[in-house]
Amino acid sequence: MTDKTTENANLIAGATGDWEIVIGLEVHAQVSSDAKLFSGAATTFGAEPNTQVSLVDAAMPGMLPVINWKCVEQAVRTGLGLKAQINRYSVFDRKNYFYPDLPQGYQISQYLQPIVGEGEIEIDLEGGDVKTIGIERLHLEQDAGKSLHDQHPDLSFVDLNRSGVALMEIVSRPDMRSAAEAQAYVKKLRAILRYLGTCDGNMEQGSLRADVNVSVRKPGGDLGTRCEIKNVNSIRFIGQAIEHEARRQVDIIEDGGEIDQETRLFDPKRGETRSMRSKEEAHDYRYFPDPDLLPLTFSAEFVEDIARALPELPDDKKNRFMQDYSLSAYDAGVLVSEAENADFFEQAAKGRDAKATANMVIGSVFAGLNKAGLSISESPVKAEQIGQLVDLMSDQTISSRIAKDVFDLMFDDGPDQGRDPADIVEEKGLKQVTDTGAIEAAVDEVIAANPDKVEQAKAKPKMAGWFVGQVMQATDGKANPQAVNQLVLAKLGIEDQ
Amino acid sequence: MGQGNDLTALTLAQARDGLRAKEFTARELTQSFVDRVAASEKLNAYILQTPEHALEAAERSDARLGADDARPLEGLPLGVKDLFCTRGVRTTACSNILGDFTPPYESKVTENLWADGALMLGKLNNDEFAMGSSNETSAYGACLNPWRTDAGEALVPGGSSGGSSAAIAARLGLAATATDTGGSIRQPAALTGTVGLKPTYGRCSRWGIVAFASSLDQAGPITRTVRDSAIMLTSMAGHDARDTTSVDMVVPDYEAALTGDIRGLRIGVPKEYRIDTMPLEIEALWQQGMDWLRDAGAEIVDVSLPHTKYALPAYYIIAPAEASSNLARYDGVRYGARKMGDDIDDMYARTRGEGFGEEVQRRLLIGTYALSAGYYDAYYLKALQVRRLIAQDFENAYEHCDLLLTPTTPSAAFPLDKGQSDPLEMYLNDVFTVTVNLAGLPGISVPAGLDAKGLPLGLQLIGKAFGEEELLRAAQVLEEAAGFSAKPDDWWTSS
Repeated sequence: MTDKTTENANLIAGATGDWEIVIGLEVHAQVSSDAKLFSGAATTFGAEPNTQVSLVDAAMPGMLPVINWKCVEQAVRTGLGLKAQINRYSVFDRKNYFYPDLPQGYQISQYLQPIVGEGEIEIDLEGGDVKTIGIERLHLEQDAGKSLHDQHPDLSFVDLNRSGVALMEIVSRPDMRSAAEAQAYVKKLRAILRYLGTCDGNMEQGSLRADVNVSVRKPGGDLGTRCEIKNVNSIRFIGQAIEHEARRQVDIIEDGGEIDQETRLFDPKRGETRSMRSKEEAHDYRYFPDPDLLPLTFSAEFVEDIARALPELPDDKKNRFMQDYSLSAYDAGVLVSEAENADFFEQAAKGRDAKATANMVIGSVFAGLNKAGLSISESPVKAEQIGQLVDLMSDQTISSRIAKDVFDLMFDDGPDQGRDPADIVEEKGLKQVTDTGAIEAAVDEVIAANPDKVEQAKAKPKMAGWFVGQVMQATDGKANPQAVNQLVLAKLGIEDQ
Repeated sequence: MGQGNDLTALTLAQARDGLRAKEFTARELTQSFVDRVAASEKLNAYILQTPEHALEAAERSDARLGADDARPLEGLPLGVKDLFCTRGVRTTACSNILGDFTPPYESKVTENLWADGALMLGKLNNDEFAMGSSNETSAYGACLNPWRTDAGEALVPGGSSGGSSAAIAARLGLAATATDTGGSIRQPAALTGTVGLKPTYGRCSRWGIVAFASSLDQAGPITRTVRDSAIMLTSMAGHDARDTTSVDMVVPDYEAALTGDIRGLRIGVPKEYRIDTMPLEIEALWQQGMDWLRDAGAEIVDVSLPHTKYALPAYYIIAPAEASSNLARYDGVRYGARKMGDDIDDMYARTRGEGFGEEVQRRLLIGTYALSAGYYDAYYLKALQVRRLIAQDFENAYEHCDLLLTPTTPSAAFPLDKGQSDPLEMYLNDVFTVTVNLAGLPGISVPAGLDAKGLPLGLQLIGKAFGEEELLRAAQVLEEAAGFSAKPDDWWTSS
């Protein structure tokens, strides 16, 4: 494992010198499944309270859990995606504690024998660096319901729709050394889960949330006491929580204090963490194997079948994009961050200049979608149309500058939204001027009007660019820039370099 | 004793055959039981009577009997232990914490019985959440044993299925459902002169039965004869996809297994069951049982179950540990009784403090302690290891024999209030029965004789896993040889 922990960029400065942050994450990812982990009740987000609750989910007397094999399959698929060890024998345990939204009085989880063991994730850092983060384990467990505190002046209400929904808890090694690394880890993990189709990764709806373990130490020293920040539900908040928490711990230690091992909450409004419960107040969960459930076992064939159907994952796709399309690591990384984005690009680039297509997809499509708050599937411009636009540039029908304008017309609200680029170019007369006679006239005109600049350009050939710009402007950008360039150089008597 | 033409004097098999021969109607049969149940409230065996249910079902059964379309248990009235959830009929496990809980669902075992044509007379008393050996921990009050001393001293019917055993001994149903976690079917059967069968773990679905200790709980019947137990088990047993610990095996016709022929069967007698405190008359009865089986052609062999002495301590760790978790759902939030408090923790404390009785609270505390950080390895894990050794003991013994014969209990029925002062003394009732639950094996108690005070005593046969056919076959031979025909005086009926 490459450990770049001592790179200065990751350290934070304190009064007594630099400090290193050590971060481990426990990510709770809701398993994509129509039914819950141990009951047949539906899992749709946003349903009316208590409409997706079976007798098992409500822990009625005498009810028993029955494993949903779809969730097992999803956990195995995820394990394979994390290049992790798959345990064909695992055990469900009960984690006992009282809470109104926990109907059984225990959560069925996996404690000592999880379904997935050690694996790893490669995260992409700024500047194209890659770092490997270890995965300690992945286990299946039930989600709890939701307490509603705003429905009645004195009472709290309980919504059990989420009760029993399957979660994968994915535990990392404490391998991250900065907020940026933690964020990159969550981004990458989310991308993998979405590629696999095992979790929709929707953080706003709570499908993906993280418990963040943070400690600080002098670079290379012994691990410090950690605090766990519970249930952080956005990548931005994860960054803020880590930075605040690390700073808080450094300040305490430098003031001569000690870090209490405790569970903390992140308050997004104040951008700070605060204590939830101390180690002394920590629950004794009294884990023991759930006697209602036999150990979870499955065959090697079961795993192999899933492995065979595994999709191409982000890292593999990225490598392929770099190789097959000669894209930079950065561009490839951006394109593969979401499977749908990568598909869009590949569809658009089919049989075309991949680099130009990548530029168009990243520079125009992604930028436009971001600004409009749309997903790729909602894009007004289809992949095929991006391809057509690239074609119009390649065969010099339009210049890249005009292409940008055409894209805007295709993308933005208006009469041309969603139209094919060729139609727009035709109708608006945006075709590039390749008639050298017309261009020559324009070049002559600019040269005649600027004798001083002509002198300067002769002395300093780079000035030729200024003339090209002037000509392009004079032709409304429709002149073929290459033709303009050649003519300008010829007329100024500068040799083509 | 007024049992001459009384339909309630029939066994389940006799009543079944009489209905088919049209000697009487299901309606008449049911009415006899309904009347007798209503006249027997002094016993407190039924905590809820459902005569309308029973009589309506009887009418439907008569229609089927008339059309020669009778199902295996057509028109046969049964009692149901209050641990079984019954759709639309209050189910409380005899605990205040469940209040007037009325399930919108039916347990798999009772559903099987109704699907085979049986009908329900009502819900039977039991120790609260099946925790007890005397039925005295019930929130509905103690149930009385129909048997009493000659001096008229009231006795317990055993527990936790005390309502079931009392009801069958008192002819308040042709058979009753019961559950057995550490002896809760066999011990009350022994104390009331009835037959109690605990099937192999996994033979009956636990779905819809209020859980006590999930890895030990198993449903079974209490009946007047071994044949009746065989008939009942044939209907109760079966795989259920909703209980993953139930076993997907064909259910044989257990009644057909009662051939009366046990020649060549090897009956093991475990020496470790000769405990110091065992009364001589029980020891004598045990010997008598060996003789009976030997006379029927079986071979008696001495076997050893060396870890027996650790069974009771292991049981009283494992069962309370599972219970402490199983009973966490009774928190006042969703159903059952709720006592409001100042905040959520106070609400929990009041609800559970007032809702659970003393014995249940004791076991929840024991179980919570045993699972606590720092104690888990010393108690729970150790108990699981003992459990494996006990199961191994049986496996070793079964290399030398086919069945085991032991006494069911260390004593006959005892007076009320006896165990109040010392719970450990009460726990000793399970000494011969818990091993069977820990090993997941089938066991049956057969009435075999009377003690000096004229109270019934039972002998227990223990089988191999899913060896109920062999077990029942031998039990019936034992039953015939013992010829137990004594009946309690009908002192409790009001006229």
